[in-house]
Amino acid sequence: MYNTLAGQVSGTPMQLGDAALTALMGYAIVFLGILLLVIVVVIVSRIMTAGKKKAAEPTTPAPNRDAPIQKLESTAPKAPGSAGELKLYDTDPKTAAMLMAIVADKMGKPINELRFKSIREVK
Amino acid sequence: MDVLKTLEGLWQDSGFGLFFAEGGWKFIVMILVACVLLYLGIKKKFEPLLLVGIAFGCLLANLPGAGLYHPDLWDDFLNQGSEFYHSYGRILTEGGLLDILYIGVKAGVYPCLIFIGVGAMTDFGPLIANPKTFFLGAAAQFGVFFAFMGAILLGFTGNQAASIGIIGGADGPTAILTATTLAPELLGAIAIAAYSYMALIPMIQPPIMKLLTTEKERSVKMEQLREVSKTEKIVFPIVVAGFVILLLPSTAPLIGSLMFGNLLKETGVTERLSDTAQNALMNIVTLFLGISVGATTVASRFLNPQTLYIILLGLIAFCFSTVGGLLVGKLMYKLSGGKINPLIGSAGVSAVPMAARVSQMVGQKANPSNFLLMHAMGPNVAGVIGSAIAAGFMLKVFG
Repeated sequence: MYNTLAGQVSGTPMQLGDAALTALMGYAIVFLGILLLVIVVVIVSRIMTAGKKKAAEPTTPAPNRDAPIQKLESTAPKAPGSAGELKLYDTDPKTAAMLMAIVADKMGKPINELRFKSIREVK
Repeated sequence: MDVLKTLEGLWQDSGFGLFFAEGGWKFIVMILVACVLLYLGIKKKFEPLLLVGIAFGCLLANLPGAGLYHPDLWDDFLNQGSEFYHSYGRILTEGGLLDILYIGVKAGVYPCLIFIGVGAMTDFGPLIANPKTFFLGAAAQFGVFFAFMGAILLGFTGNQAASIGIIGGADGPTAILTATTLAPELLGAIAIAAYSYMALIPMIQPPIMKLLTTEKERSVKMEQLREVSKTEKIVFPIVVAGFVILLLPSTAPLIGSLMFGNLLKETGVTERLSDTAQNALMNIVTLFLGISVGATTVASRFLNPQTLYIILLGLIAFCFSTVGGLLVGKLMYKLSGGKINPLIGSAGVSAVPMAARVSQMVGQKANPSNFLLMHAMGPNVAGVIGSAIAAGFMLKVFG
């Protein structure tokens, strides 16, 4: 660090070639770090998903992924006034109505032209 | 008693008198700058939580005679040849209120505390569900290194250029921590540029997004993300903190704080702490950070061509970070056979959640039934990690 009349200036001047090399190396390091992180995250996710599947096997003999959902659908209450089509999971009719109105508004389409199959709270 | 002499002395010692002393006009200019920043924060709502504090700190530091902030004390603090080198004792005994508050910035405490709050507010679920989007967070650091090169070309030192480049990471606490460590003399200008441009993201990014993508690409609807289990969300911050810090130890303060805050959120057993980190702690630290960073914009240091260069380079950094994210987004669009909407690439510039909202907005304009928000949140939070890695690299090389 050295001083000038305007106060202190941190560091020393740098050659353009050195700066270019630093920039390239820095960008590469960011990518490398992220690449390694992706690998770690994917491995951890796989391990956890595999552990979860193993734990679920004794209770769900059928390998069909849709099975639990179908079971849910059969017990889920139907939304009032939906002609029996819209299924609600952990969602009350008021919230469902609000969500449908927001979606219709965002899409710029009348709500009676849209078909909602189910609304589920993502936990 | 000579009444006239007493009155003259009172006038000369008053702040009003100092306006007419040599160089007094600079204080007036800085007070006007503070008023403009207050206007932008209050009326235009440009990142008001921080900009109002920064602007008021700027105002207080530039009221002549107030003695709330003393840059000379900090010059001695940083000068290795001075007997007061790294002497916090002198700052505490001779400093003003803002000098004392600034200790938190200088010691790197405030940015890290803010990162705990940011972590507690961040949902890494979309990123865990689609880890490929991590690369967009890395790609969007392009502006950091582009602006770094630009700063070197304009004659800044390596330390200064690194601090200026980090503006492109669009992450206020990271920019402040890097600038405080590497080039404290530029902190005020860098903080103002970083927060102003973050607020301007809805204006900066859309033209670049439209320029670099086709209507067909912008219309792509992405598949719904898989559900991420609670255990995965708990393990994620532990794994990321451990891995990234081992890889690049200089990222420890930022990544450690970010992931600690996130762990508090995800465990489900520390709700009170998570709530405090998100609200009370974040608000208190934001108060201190804003006003003390604003205080560094003293007229004698701020009014020079360097400040204008920093403002310009900050804009370049933001633009090129957006370009980097979009270009890798386009590459992923091609590689995935058109399943990934390249617009989510621009969200990799961090600035959570503003950049993700911009992706959603531009995507929905191209296709009203398009909902990109959750998909864009992946690269958005990856950008926070990416900018922390970029900052860690700069700190390692220049620190």
